[in-house]
Amino acid sequence: MVEKRTLICVSCPVGCELTVTLDEGKIVEVEGNSCKLGIDYAEQEIFDPRRMVATTVKVKNGYHPLVPVYTEKPVPKPKIFDILAEVRKVEVEAPVKVNQVIIENVLDTGINIIASRDLPKA
Amino acid sequence: MLKKDTYDVVIIGSGPGGLAAAVEAKKEGAQDVLVIERDTELGGILLQCIHNGFGAEIFNEDLPGPSYAQRYIDESLALGVETLMDTIVLEVTPDRKIFASSKLHGFVEITARAIVLAMGCRERTRAMIQIPGMRPAGVYTAGTAQRFVNIEGKMPGEKVVILGSGDIGLIMARRLTFEGAKVERVCEILPYLSGLTRNYVQCLQDFDIPLQFRHTVKFIYGKDRVEAVEIAEVDDKWKYIPGSEEMIPCDTLLLSVGLIPENELSRQAGVELDPITGGPYVDESRQTNVPGIFAAGNVVHVYDLADWVTLAGYEAGKGAARYAKAIRARESDHIPVIAGKNVHHVVPQTINKRNLENEEIELQLRVLKPIEERTLIEVHDGKNQITRKVARYVRPGEMNTIVLKPRHFADIEKASSITVEVNPR
Repeated sequence: MVEKRTLICVSCPVGCELTVTLDEGKIVEVEGNSCKLGIDYAEQEIFDPRRMVATTVKVKNGYHPLVPVYTEKPVPKPKIFDILAEVRKVEVEAPVKVNQVIIENVLDTGINIIASRDLPKA
Repeated sequence: MLKKDTYDVVIIGSGPGGLAAAVEAKKEGAQDVLVIERDTELGGILLQCIHNGFGAEIFNEDLPGPSYAQRYIDESLALGVETLMDTIVLEVTPDRKIFASSKLHGFVEITARAIVLAMGCRERTRAMIQIPGMRPAGVYTAGTAQRFVNIEGKMPGEKVVILGSGDIGLIMARRLTFEGAKVERVCEILPYLSGLTRNYVQCLQDFDIPLQFRHTVKFIYGKDRVEAVEIAEVDDKWKYIPGSEEMIPCDTLLLSVGLIPENELSRQAGVELDPITGGPYVDESRQTNVPGIFAAGNVVHVYDLADWVTLAGYEAGKGAARYAKAIRARESDHIPVIAGKNVHHVVPQTINKRNLENEEIELQLRVLKPIEERTLIEVHDGKNQITRKVARYVRPGEMNTIVLKPRHFADIEKASSITVEVNPR
């Protein structure tokens, strides 16, 4: 069975509109992309959609009460809210350094959650 | 007190445009570069943009705003860029003086050889788009809500309607959803998206947040706190279509309805603004109509991407450094004429040695004490004699002169001062 699906690539700010042709559940053609990222995105989005997740973590004795954090790599879309719940449980101690690992291998995704800035003590 | 009162390049604002200008000005050879920031931290609005999507153009990476800022903060400090934090600039003059009020230093006056305006932009408010209704708490610009949530750790509300489909509004729809709020609706008065398509996909579509084009807020209800907003469809002339009204109960209305370049300081400095962009007219080096005043980033026109602001900041920083170096070179062409042994004074007190390439310069002097015999009037650079003349006598009551000629230019070119002396022969 041949099926067509349209997607918008979120790999970069261009936002190409992709038309993906699937035959028996396999991708046979990707149209509308302006670079290779679009083909990878289509593959990923259809079989294992993932997103970068950015949020904040509580900080003790920090210059601000929070430090921003993010997933080093895109995580499976269905796990986003579970990951957010994990992050909410954590509290770190200032100072925090940029790229410091806040949660290692979050929910066995193989992906770390890291800080996105330096945060000095209050 | 500040360590210095004169800088090669002073940059107002430390967002992506300001930091890029600082880094590039240093690399281009500016000696003293100062960034003035009104907040207590460098980075500007990048610090509250915790979402990814920064750096694709410049680093070929997908970074959150704070990480992107951190790279430029680290680089500028490593290059020796100086900073003046918690300081609000009050006025910039056309001759490049800056008056500012600083938490640490009080009132400060700084002279810059070149200035980069990098104040960014402001969000349009409820008053600017005149949304009718009551005046309860709970109406925020999207950027204000972003600061509350991402930096201060406070939620603006629980049931939210967002007016406008600008990027900050879309980003905040997702962010508030992450933090447990319910985003009921995004309304856009235009028939198309104001922000980036990918933000529609990953901020609204991913979380089934409904977006309605050609819809706007007709009335805000609520005594102390927002209780509901009435939305309505509009026609091509933005007139409400009767019967399209819908009441949405909510406690918060976020506005993502456009950004305006922040140019109060530019205007005072005599910088001419383009009525279309709201920002200064600039040339390719980002120089405004006022010589030595440059502008870059959202203060010039509003960009979609911080990466492009950075690139504009590089141009402005380079232009400012080149301008400052030219002024510095001109300043070093002016050297003092020192009254040496037995000389009361010399006029002119300084000369522009470049002028000696093409024309004579006459030095007029008066001696301290009379010498009633043949006397040597001599000009030297501290080591070597440049020229001399012999007088039959010298007396304080009678002015003497000695002339520098174009052939002396080679001797004087490297001098940092010249001295006139009068001695018996």
